[in-house]
Amino acid sequence: MAGKKRKNDREEALTENKAPKKKKKKNRNRELWIITYVFIACMLAVIGNEIYFVYAKSETAVNNSYNPRQELLASKNIRGQILSADGETLAQTVRGEDGNEERLYPYGSLFSHVVGYSTRGKTGVEYLGNMALLNSNAAFGEKIQNEITSQKNIGDNVITTLNVEVQRAAYEALGVYDGAIIVTEPSTGRIIAMVSKPDFDPNEIADIWDDLVADESSSVLLNRATQGLYPPGSTFKMITALAYYRQNGGDTSGYHYQCNGSFTNNGHRINCYHGSSHGSLDFQKSFEKSCNSSFANIGLSLQLEGLEDTCEDLLFNRKLNLPIVSSQGSYVLGTDAGDYDIMQTVIGQGKTQITPLQLNMITGAIANDGIAMKPYLIDRIENYNGSTVKKYEPEKYATLMTNEEAAFLTGLMEGVVENGTATRLRGLSYTAAGKTGSAEYSENKSDSHAWFTGFAPVENPQVCVTIIVEGAGSGGEYAVPIAKRVFDAYFSR
Amino acid sequence: MAYVISDLSKYVIAVFMAFYTYESFAAFRGRNEEKKEGIYTRQIICMFIVHFVSFAAICLETSDLSYIIFYGFQQILLFATIALFRAIYKDASRLLINNMCMLLSIGFVMLTRLDFDRAQRQFKIVTVSLLLGIAIPYLIKKFRFLEKFTWAYGVVGVFALAIVLILGAVTNGSKISYSLGGYTFQPSEFVKILFVFFVAGMYARSRDFLQVVITTAVAAVHVIVLVLSKDLGSALIFFVVYVAMTFVATRNYFYLILGIIAGCGSGIVATKIFSHVRVRILAWQDPWSYIDGSGYQITQSLFAIGTGGWFGMGLYQGEPTAIPYVSEDFIFSAVAEELGVFFSICLILVCLSSFIAFIYASMRMKNEYYRLIAAGLAVTYIFQIFLTIGGGTRFIPLTGVTLPFISYGGSSVLSTLIMFCIVQGIYCIRAEEGGRDGRKETEE
Repeated sequence: MAGKKRKNDREEALTENKAPKKKKKKNRNRELWIITYVFIACMLAVIGNEIYFVYAKSETAVNNSYNPRQELLASKNIRGQILSADGETLAQTVRGEDGNEERLYPYGSLFSHVVGYSTRGKTGVEYLGNMALLNSNAAFGEKIQNEITSQKNIGDNVITTLNVEVQRAAYEALGVYDGAIIVTEPSTGRIIAMVSKPDFDPNEIADIWDDLVADESSSVLLNRATQGLYPPGSTFKMITALAYYRQNGGDTSGYHYQCNGSFTNNGHRINCYHGSSHGSLDFQKSFEKSCNSSFANIGLSLQLEGLEDTCEDLLFNRKLNLPIVSSQGSYVLGTDAGDYDIMQTVIGQGKTQITPLQLNMITGAIANDGIAMKPYLIDRIENYNGSTVKKYEPEKYATLMTNEEAAFLTGLMEGVVENGTATRLRGLSYTAAGKTGSAEYSENKSDSHAWFTGFAPVENPQVCVTIIVEGAGSGGEYAVPIAKRVFDAYFSR
Repeated sequence: MAYVISDLSKYVIAVFMAFYTYESFAAFRGRNEEKKEGIYTRQIICMFIVHFVSFAAICLETSDLSYIIFYGFQQILLFATIALFRAIYKDASRLLINNMCMLLSIGFVMLTRLDFDRAQRQFKIVTVSLLLGIAIPYLIKKFRFLEKFTWAYGVVGVFALAIVLILGAVTNGSKISYSLGGYTFQPSEFVKILFVFFVAGMYARSRDFLQVVITTAVAAVHVIVLVLSKDLGSALIFFVVYVAMTFVATRNYFYLILGIIAGCGSGIVATKIFSHVRVRILAWQDPWSYIDGSGYQITQSLFAIGTGGWFGMGLYQGEPTAIPYVSEDFIFSAVAEELGVFFSICLILVCLSSFIAFIYASMRMKNEYYRLIAAGLAVTYIFQIFLTIGGGTRFIPLTGVTLPFISYGGSSVLSTLIMFCIVQGIYCIRAEEGGRDGRKETEE
């Protein structure tokens, strides 16, 4: 009773205190309020950071060989399947009667790099989808049953964006050559095919591993499509053209050049491919014919800061922010470079290096109004019964150029097919646009890598193809016919 | 079967933890304690369910009778604490008692899962601590002359820290503890409290410039000794507590700004001078590049949180023991891994609720001395949580401090318990103060 009375008194006192003294009281504790808010804000920031990590970062972070939870999951679940977009099995785990698990790749070396392997480290989709493959979203009742009978759960399946027919066409078209092909959808970034040669059979990875690792010269295990660094050759002229277009406020009509097979400046000489002279050229013609002399001439008129900015816009000198393991393209021409280095660089010879993936992203951006989409390989995760666990949506990677600039480059690349170095793509059931390249890579000037990068149809680009054929010769002769076979396969799919 | 139970149990645990967290903020609405009776009762029910379901999962997984007995002891201890506090201290904050017991029970669950022996040892320490702690509010209320010994707190504090610096055992490159008769003490945990009493006592007397200078000098000695012991986490806590208390006491923004500048400045200097500070900052910026060495702990912690996901792997289904020093410095990551990120966020919010309850005690005190003590302890408590959870989730670099009430460590749990009990004492003083003032005002 006494306690209660005291309490009542107190409450009375409080209410009486409150009214007249409210303002004063508030002031008295103002500093305390500030401190309180600061620490509440700090803790909310900690919570926000944790949520952000789990929501946005953890998926890539936990997929690391240092994470011991992977073995934990592998001991509970049977690794799921990797499927193509058209439903073919690209990788699966089968259990022998003795309980041993074996990872099988029904298509052998056709998907060697892009699907990868999972027993000597993890690469390709085996790496990208690792956590999903290890996890099981089988029905709860079934998990209970498995638990009781001490069976393993069946892991989730990863459905890729890859198409078997297009992959096969690209693989066969590249033939015996080393090199890489990457086929994407410019409006979404979906990777439809990705080939790298020399290849290997992932079914035999355990047997061939030691040889592959010992063989340093051919680097079989390297996925050339994403990690191979090559001189861009004449495909770089797309970038030079863009820098020139930007520098001249979008007007290239005033340009004229008379080509007689070479360009000389201060005793430095640049030859056109096989010394052919292209005669009288405007800007469009210079690009179509891939005239080295004319582009060396253009290069000397460029402000190097502008060229550097354009290269950086086009993803040079930075790590691609992708889950796919990739190398970083480099553009190293300083702003105080000498004339010869400039002339070499603007025609794609110099010290510039690019991966087929980066060139494909640039080409995709040209086809997609200047916007590069994030290239991705996993379309969705399903449990083994086929219910979707997670769906990956197309994401914008970056805006590389304006709509007008993309249209300008598309016009140039269309001309390459119509009148230039890629006329083997002319007059087909679809229209194509592209740029060829022949990148010299050794002292012997006759050795060159054949490049082609382009897309089709021009009006409504659906597919973007980038090809490098190592040591084959000119892009027009060796890479363009491969592009044709890939385009054909894509459109007859 | 155990797997299924722990898989289901994690959702039940998460739901009731969420209820509890909601109630721990609902308790701040309104002033009528009697109307909040329902809130506190519901909290106790949620606490019971979380604790019970967790141990059900643990017992099924281990199929060991001793775990059930251990659970029984915990249950008795927690309910006895709640009942005793309620019976003895009518004016104590019941929210704070509940929060304390909730956090202790989460600590028991996690420690039992990680290391049964350690959990039992921790339980003994908690039991003894609670027996001591229950007297503290009474002592605080009774001994109103504590302020007289202000200088003693400062001197004893510096002395205790200096002993560790000279004689202490080196743990992970830092001198933070010394052993006495088989028990390892971490004096900085207790000196924190003395330090708060010292600063509060100084500013309760006077807030003029000279007093600020003297207090600053003594605070600086504390911080420097800790820096020399390489106990940077504690040094940071002392510094922040000192700046916050100075600001609250003097109400002078100049001191606050000066404190922030000094803090940033000495941070930069520390980075230049001490290689171990640089190592930690590098490991924080890019742990993936140092995954084999200095980044190992933080990446393992991130793996735990990330693999667990929103609702966790379930008790015993994860691998929290892969994180080095998990039960001391990374217990939060273990909680997030097995009970889920959602649960771990609730846990942070319960800590935040306790912090607000500390501040609430401070704001309602008229006596400047106790007002500053409550504010100082509030900052000590929340900033330590900020350091440990922020470090484990890679929000800030690692400092290696414990998570109060949950981490393994006798000094940590005892000192936090003392802090909570002191604040309970202040709640009781406030009730008396309010009562007296109230009578005075009605007479007027």
